[in-house]
Parts: sequence; structure tokens; C-alpha cells
Amino acid sequence: MTDLTTLQADLTAQIAAASDAAGVEAIRVAALGKSGSVSALLKTLGAMSPDERKEKGPAINQLRDTVSAAIAERKAALEGAELDARLARESLDLSLPARPRRKGSVHPTMQTMDEMVAVFAEMGFAVAEGPDIEDDYHNFTALNFPPKHPAREMHDTFFFNEGPDGERKLLRTHTSPVQVRAMRKGNTVAPAPWIAAGQEPPIRIVVPGRTYRLDSDATHTPMFHQIEGLVIDKGIHMGHLKWTLETFIARFFETDAVTTRFRPHHFPFTEPSAEMDVGCDRSGGELKIGTGSDWLEILGCGMVHPNVLRHSGIDPDVYSGFAFGMGVDRLGMLKYGIPDLRDMFSSDTRWLAHYGFSAFQAPNPVSGLS
Amino acid sequence: MKFTLSWLKDHLETDASVGQIVEAMTMAGLEVEDVHDPVTTLAPFTVAKIVSAEQHPNADRLRVCQVDTVDGIKEIVCGAPNARAGLTTIYAPIGAYVPGLGVTLVEKPVRGVVSNGMLCSASELEAAEESDGIMELPDSFAVGTPAATALGMEAVIDFEVTPNRPDWLGVAGIARDLAAAGVGTLKDEAIQPVPGKFPCPIAIDVDGDACPVFAGRLIKGVKNGPSPQWLQDRLRAIGLRPINALVDVTNLITYDRARPLHVYDRALLVGDKIVARLGRGPGEATPGDQPSPAPHRDEQLIALDGKTYDLTPEMSVIADAGGERPIGLGGVMGGESTGCSEATTDVFVECAWFDPIRTAQTGRATGINSDAQYRFARTVDPQSLVPGLELATALILELCGGEPSEIVVAGQAPAPPTAFAFDPAYVKALAGLDIPAARSIEILEALGFKVEGTAPNLSVTPPTWRRDVEGKADLVEEVARIAGYGALPSTPLPEVPRAVGGVLTARQSRARAARRFLAASGYAEAVTWSFTSRATARLFGGGAEALVLANPIAAELDCMRPSILPNLVEAAARNARRGFADAALFEIGPIFDGDQPQDQRMVIAALLAPHAPRDWAKGGSEDLFTLKGDLLALLEELGAPVANLQTAQGSASPWYHPGRSARLQLGPKAVLAEFGELHPAVLKAMDASSPMLAFEIFVEAIPEPKKKSVKTRSALDLSAFMPLSRDFAFLVDAAKPASDLVKAVAGADKALIAGVRVFDVYQGAGVPEGQKSLAVEVTVQPREKTLADAEIEALSARILVAAEKVGAKLRA
Repeated sequence: MTDLTTLQADLTAQIAAASDAAGVEAIRVAALGKSGSVSALLKTLGAMSPDERKEKGPAINQLRDTVSAAIAERKAALEGAELDARLARESLDLSLPARPRRKGSVHPTMQTMDEMVAVFAEMGFAVAEGPDIEDDYHNFTALNFPPKHPAREMHDTFFFNEGPDGERKLLRTHTSPVQVRAMRKGNTVAPAPWIAAGQEPPIRIVVPGRTYRLDSDATHTPMFHQIEGLVIDKGIHMGHLKWTLETFIARFFETDAVTTRFRPHHFPFTEPSAEMDVGCDRSGGELKIGTGSDWLEILGCGMVHPNVLRHSGIDPDVYSGFAFGMGVDRLGMLKYGIPDLRDMFSSDTRWLAHYGFSAFQAPNPVSGLS
Repeated sequence: MKFTLSWLKDHLETDASVGQIVEAMTMAGLEVEDVHDPVTTLAPFTVAKIVSAEQHPNADRLRVCQVDTVDGIKEIVCGAPNARAGLTTIYAPIGAYVPGLGVTLVEKPVRGVVSNGMLCSASELEAAEESDGIMELPDSFAVGTPAATALGMEAVIDFEVTPNRPDWLGVAGIARDLAAAGVGTLKDEAIQPVPGKFPCPIAIDVDGDACPVFAGRLIKGVKNGPSPQWLQDRLRAIGLRPINALVDVTNLITYDRARPLHVYDRALLVGDKIVARLGRGPGEATPGDQPSPAPHRDEQLIALDGKTYDLTPEMSVIADAGGERPIGLGGVMGGESTGCSEATTDVFVECAWFDPIRTAQTGRATGINSDAQYRFARTVDPQSLVPGLELATALILELCGGEPSEIVVAGQAPAPPTAFAFDPAYVKALAGLDIPAARSIEILEALGFKVEGTAPNLSVTPPTWRRDVEGKADLVEEVARIAGYGALPSTPLPEVPRAVGGVLTARQSRARAARRFLAASGYAEAVTWSFTSRATARLFGGGAEALVLANPIAAELDCMRPSILPNLVEAAARNARRGFADAALFEIGPIFDGDQPQDQRMVIAALLAPHAPRDWAKGGSEDLFTLKGDLLALLEELGAPVANLQTAQGSASPWYHPGRSARLQLGPKAVLAEFGELHPAVLKAMDASSPMLAFEIFVEAIPEPKKKSVKTRSALDLSAFMPLSRDFAFLVDAAKPASDLVKAVAGADKALIAGVRVFDVYQGAGVPEGQKSLAVEVTVQPREKTLADAEIEALSARILVAAEKVGAKLRA
């Protein structure tokens, strides 16, 4: 028995002393390999008588199990240490900068436009479009601007040179020409699929787009964006107009607190006409919407002028409707506190990063407008 | 336009405050721009008397005054040389805000003596532009009298008038609307005719085109000179400069009644006839065989502003000397040669009516925007000639004396507005307002409309000064605005069925998707002008004559853009000049191929000016293939058939680098996009630094998505067998597009080959000159069963044959 005890003590000491996996493996081969010392003992069991085997067998098996376990344990410990050493060598300085990645953004005017369209879409408005280069008929005549009328002068129109056909094209001064295209009977085939074709009442559309006026100062740019609304149906009156715009303003500014006021005004293509103001506070040099006792004009509107309906082949004694138009850039500036209109078109990357919107702020009815 | 409160009260009996009047004007449709109310701003300032003025102990130029004020005797330090005992002046207490100085008074010692207030000059009270010393007032004013009262200052209201309401360009017209709105009572305004004492010695001859109707009279023996103080004050208060009584009377009536007049010095008129005719300068049609008289070819007038104007056949000209000498631009400005001065003794007064369109055109052509021009261009009441002339006569006789002739009238006034039918129920129908018929009639009558008959069959005749009113909708506006827009109901729109699948068209949805996609991919959205310079437009295939603006806002913005890229290039270059060279920009907007509606296309354009900060990890530098990746991913997002797109190398537009650009197309006529590096010569011409990479997607060229009645997707077919991949290296001609090889390999067995991808491109040692090595990874997806080695080898052989057909040889 002493042999076994000595052998176990000897092997255990060797295993504990092994400094790497190869050393442990050499011990394993020497002890448990084909001609290993423990294997040799195991082989002697075969030649023993059953009684002898009964007596010596358990001790020899015990020796084998103990040595195997010690080897496995030592092996795992050494591998763990090696892994730790490798991981220590592999460490990275994570204070180093991340791979450069640009931050994209959505322009505030376009964000505002998307918001407005979302609000009106929920109210049942479709989106209609028309060309930026228009003719006198759509921009003025059909909208009840008499030829040479002073109201035309107020529009500071950009003109093109007279064409070979004697016609002088212009850049639309408002989105209202699309009203004419959408209402006009007989305009069944539009010049291009994206341009509004004439439709039968009831009509309920908004028209977002670029508009142009020959004007450039702190609050005017030669190009800006408007959104136009048009509703034509039987029995439409100014009360519907008021509700539509009040509802829009509350949803757009995302507050129920905003107050509105309608004032008489004059536009050639609406009668009666009005401007809508929102309540604001100008004290302290900062403009706040939805609070205070001051008023800020934000849009023009009115009932579609009977002459405009007649021009489009709609009988004003059967149908009535309203129209409104507002500056998208300006309302975006008001909502988001953007100080200077001109910066909107400057493409300064710092400005775009600061005032722009995340791609994931797409207005939707679940998470709100912005 | 401006008016003062007292002027308004000449026409309107009212106790309303300035604030109430402004509110009523606003709600009647007059846009109030500014209210200057000295009664409010000068409220703390009162009359005071200096009891004694002693030399300041520590300052030569200062005096220490004992002042009798509304607050009792105050010691006040004053630097004005005219501060003396006995002077009646204006006192400001501590705490008062001095408008002319922009400061609030605080109690503080002046050179050791505490001043308990301030004695004020006219400029400090904003009663004069400049002043010398403190106010000197008549002794009759009692201590404590408000400064505004003592100085005769009152509220001035400045407002805008919409072009449909020329009658609001006179104070009387505003009073009428305010009275209708319930702010007061209109005073009796009947104008008393002044009988003529003798026949008018001056005849009038009008050409109906130049001047439809012209009235006038001579007043003999006037004594012209400065106007009385009240008239001068009234004109100054609204920003006019008093000239002399005769001229001031015409200005007064212009602002009081929206009725311009003109006065001529009879002694300076040549002949006994005044003619209104069209101008004779260049532009006049001349019969070919009869040249017009030479002197008429360049007709000119020196107007009252001292400037010389060319008179064209579009203009209305007033002439004397038998119609030969121009003495005025009708309805716009009189001539210098016949103007009234203090030497005038006989004055001819003109009260005429000029056509709005002609007057507006003359205003534009001459650049003259006079008070008369402004009013005639917006239509003066054609029935106001004789009343206006009578009113002017009465005022001239009152101020200058003299003896009037009878009135002469030539021509015919335009016909007055005619009656039309009106059912007051239309107010409810169009405005949604419940207003009794009687109230509607009351409002219309208060505004000067003649209402006959009984509801619902009313007949309404607009007043002669309301030529903007043409029909029943106009009457609804009149009733609604006077009743008050505040009373409008808020009525929900009727519910309508919502469009299934949303309201946006595919084009609109694509623009929105592209915006969000690009923003998420690191591009910043810009919005740039639709115009550029013609020179730049030419660099990008544009610049056609039809797209050049006749009146651009600036020379460098004179042409509609043929592409968005020049604007993005300029934006990136501007940012670079500011020190921010790295830019990734995009814009979604219109480009213009021509001036017809269908020539406008929507483009999604992106520009990459890669100057990202150097990366310590040296990983994945950005290049054209980064951009191509963004482009293809976006096209896929927009529903373009990306797998079928041909990459047409070298056929992109000439503003791209010819060797580093391509079209993505479904065929030569279906170009969905172009991309590449921008041509260095184009960038140089635009003063932008290279390189810049860009793409343009032509949204309308992307096929419309198929309309499907159901939203279900095709069943997902997943193979149960492991895919395997095999690598091949081919030698091909260096100029051969890799896509040819990829396409050929993919076609070797469409059932088994699931993907072919180039993973290495190599030229150099080991590869023959003029050739390149393309290494491709072929992904094989067994469908029916695991492939045996022999089957894989057979597939490899088919791949080699297919590659051979496009000139690719397996690299040894």
C-alpha cells in the first residue's frame, strides 16, 4: 500500500509543480498513458485472483481518479491563467475616438412642412402640387387679379423674358395657382402626372411648395415656402374656415393654449377675406406664442371669391369654399425659435446641425409632431 | 398714412380712447402700424415755473433752480443757458422716462447738489427734432398743466390701407367706417357750394383717354402766404411739410377726403385754355408716311420735384399754350413752371379724375409715388370733383381771400355703380353669422350703400367711393366685418372618407422617405435657391434663354437651375471658406429643363466633400463607393428595381469626372440616377476645391410601385441546406467593367448561384500588363439536396465557361 500512497504523493506534487499545459500533459502521459505508472498498476488487476482484486482494486482505481482529477484541475487553472494573460495583452484604449460618423439632419422648413401636411392629412386634406414657373392666367387672372391692377404690383413678381409666342412666364408668387389647376373644369389631363388636375367638388387639398417674390431684406427672401389650403363643397362658410385654422394652429403649435383672432383684410381671390393672428407675448425682447396680450399675424384666408369659382367653371350659387395660405419658413421659425429667415437658405453646416431635426423625428400621430 | 385724433374728431363725434379707436380700426380691416400717443408717453411731464435760478457752487455752466411744480417747490440743477427766474417750462419728476433721451430719471447729486427732477427741452420731449435750451412756454399755462396739452401734442395713428379701399386714404372715410362700427357718430359733412362771381376765363379741353373728367375754377385776388398755425400743425403732425396756404389746402383735402387737387398760378399759365391729353414722347405711333412734328418727339416736363420726366403716350399730360406746353403729369405731379408761390394772386384750382391703371403705370414709369398718384392709382371717387372743388374754394377764401369764378367741368365721369340683388340670408350662408336682415341693412346704410326693397329681395347700390364692391359676397364681407369677425362661429368641417393608404402620391412619399433616409445616413438637408447664375447653369447643361429671369434679385441669381448640384457645390465651398471643409449635404427639390410645367422635375441630390477628420484607426476611408452604397440603399428604399439597374460607366453628364462617374439606368431612356466625382474643371470654375462626390436621383424616372389590392407578401422560401462559397480569381482586360464578369458568373447557373461579389481587385506584379485580376466569391445555395463534390466541380466548370465568354481567364 505504501507504494500507492507514495506514487500518489509523488504525482500530485509533480502536477502542482507543472508550470504550463505541456508539463501537465507530460505528467498525464507518464502516469495515465499507455505505459504510464498508474496504467501499469491498473493492468496488474487483470492477473489477480478475484479476492485479491477485491482487496487491491479500489485503491488502484482511487489512485487513477485522484490523479486524473488533479491533472484536469491543474490544466484548467493553467489555461485560465494563460487566457488572463492574453486578455491583458489585448487591452485597447477605449478613450480613443470612435470611428467618425456624420450626423445628418432634416431642414427645419422641410420638417415644418411635413408637420403641417401631417396635421391637414388627418383632417382629410390631400396634397396637390403645381409648377414653380407659371403663367399670368394661373397666378393672377384666374385668381381675380384684374390686368394691370395695383394688387399685382404688391406681389413683386419675378418675370421671364417674353417667349416667341408673346407670353411672359413668371415665378409663382404664391401657391394659389394650384387652386386654379385643382378646381378648373376641363383641366382633366395635367401637363405631368405630379401636377394637380381639375377635380369635381368636393375638393379638400393642401398645396405645399416654393414661392418667389422680388424682395430681399431681414424678413424677406426671394424664395420662400407656402402651404395653401382649399376646401370646396356645398354649404361651406367662414365658420368652417375658422374651425379648420384654429384646429390646425392648436395641433401645429402642440398646445391648446394658443389664442387666435380673425381680422378683415383684402385679397383679390377671396371674399370675405381675413388675416389670422395668434396671441403672443413680445415683452423681454423674445417672442412667445400662446401667451400674452399681443397679436402676431400668421396667415391670410377667406371664402373663395365667386369670380374665382366662375373662372374655374364652378357655380358659386351651388358651391362655396375657403382658401388659406401661410409661410412655412416663418411658422417654422416661430415654432422653433429660429431668429433669421435668411439663415434658412444659407446652407451653413453649423446652422443645419443646430437647427436641423433628427431623421427619426418624422411627424406621426403616435409620437406627436416633433 | 397717418392721422391725428383731433382730425378724426372733426368727422366723428366720439369719446373713445386711442386704444379703442385702434382696436375698432383693426377689426374693421385697417392695419394699424404704429400709434404715437404723447398723452401717454408724456403723462409724467407737467408745466412748472422757475422761481429763482442761482449759480451752481461748483460748476460755471450749471444753475440751481427753485421750481414751482405740481409736486411743490423743488430744487433742480439745470445746465440750459435759458434757465432763469420767471420762466414757464416743463418739469419731469424723478422716475419719469424721458423719451428723447431714452433714460429714466434717478435722484443723484450733480456736482454735489441733488437735483430733484429735470427741466426739459423740446427734443427731450420728442416735440421737436432739435432744440436749444429748455422749453419756453407762455406764462398763461398753470403749474401742473399736462405737457401734451401745453405743447398741443396729440395721438398720431399710422396705418396701412389695402388697395381695395381708396376711400380710407382720407380721414373722413375712416370716420364713416368707425361710425358704422359703433365707435361714434358721423358729423354732418355737407359741403356748402360757393357761388361763382364771374364766368371762368380759362377753358378746359380733355381727351377722354387722358382724363375722363376735369373740373376747375379761377380764384382771383388771393393773398398767398404761410398757412395758419392750426393747418401747419395738422400737416406736420402727419409728416407733411407746410409750403404755402394754397398748396397746403390741396394737401389737407387730399388727406381729409382722399381727394387730390392741384393749383396753378394763373399768371404763369400761357393762354386761356388747359388741355388734358396723352404724352407725345417716343413710343407714340407715327403713321409711316407722315412724320410727326419734330418738337413732339421728345416731350418732357420739369415737375415740382425739380426733376425732368419724359412724357410718353401712356401718360396723361396737362398742357397750356394751346395744348403745346406740358405743365403737369395728370394725377401724378404738377409742373415747376406754373406752381403757386407767395407771389400768386390769381389761382386756378384743378379737381380732376384720372384713370387708375394709367396713373399706376405713370407712377411706375416715372418712379413718382406722390400722394395724388397713390390715390388716383387706387381709384378716387369720380363723383367727388365738384364737392372737392367747393371745399377747396371755401378754404382758400377763408385763408387767402379772393373772388371765385364759376366752375367749369369738361368730360364725363365714369358711370356710378349700379344696383344688384341681395338676399341678406347670404350672410348666414357665406359667413355663418346669424345677423337679422334689419341689422345687415343698417350696416350697409351706415357705410353709404343705398338699400331698397324688402328682404329677401333687396336691391343694393354701392356708394360711388366703393368701386371694389361688385356683388353679394362683397356685401357679406361688409356686414361681417362691421358686425365683427369675433362673432364668427367655429364649425367643424364635415367628415369625409379618408383615402385608403394615406393621402400622399408615390412621388410625395418618396421625397419624404429620401429625406429621412439621407438624414439618417449622415447627410444634412439644405434648402437652396431655385435659381443660380446663368454662367453656372451653363456648366450644368442649363442656361437656356427661356429660363433667364428678366428681373433677377441679383446678377448671380438670374437663371433657373438645371441641377441642384451647383447650389450644393457653392454651399460646400462657402462652408470650406469659413473653415468647415467637410460637408455631406442633400437637397430634394425642383430642377428646370424648360419653362413648361412638365419641364420641372424633382431631384434628390447629395454631395459629399470628404474632409472628415483623420482617423487614428485608418479604417474605411470615404470614397465614391461609400457614396454608391448610400445611393443604392436609397434607391432600394424608394422601391427602384436595384437588381436590374445597369451601371453605364462614362455616360453620366459632362459635369462629372468622365472616368469616375456612371449612370444607373434601366435602359438608355430610363435614367434613374447619375453619380460620380464632379469634374475638376467644373469645380475650379466654381472656385470649389476637389474632390467632391455627388449623386442625383430623378424621382419621376423611378417606376411607380405596382398597385396591389392586398398587402400580403410572397411566401418566404428558405433552403434547408447550408450555402457554400467558392472563390475564383480571373484575369480580365483592365478596362473591362467588373459588373460584366459578375453578371456572366451569376448567369452560369441561376438556380444554384445565390450571389457573386468582387472581393479583390489587383493590378501589378504577377498580372500581365493591361490586365487586372478580379477575385470573386460565389455563393452557392443548394435547393434540393446537399451537393456532391462532382456536382460542385461541374458547377465550377460552368462558371469558368461563362467567364470565358466575357474574356475572363482563371488566374493560374
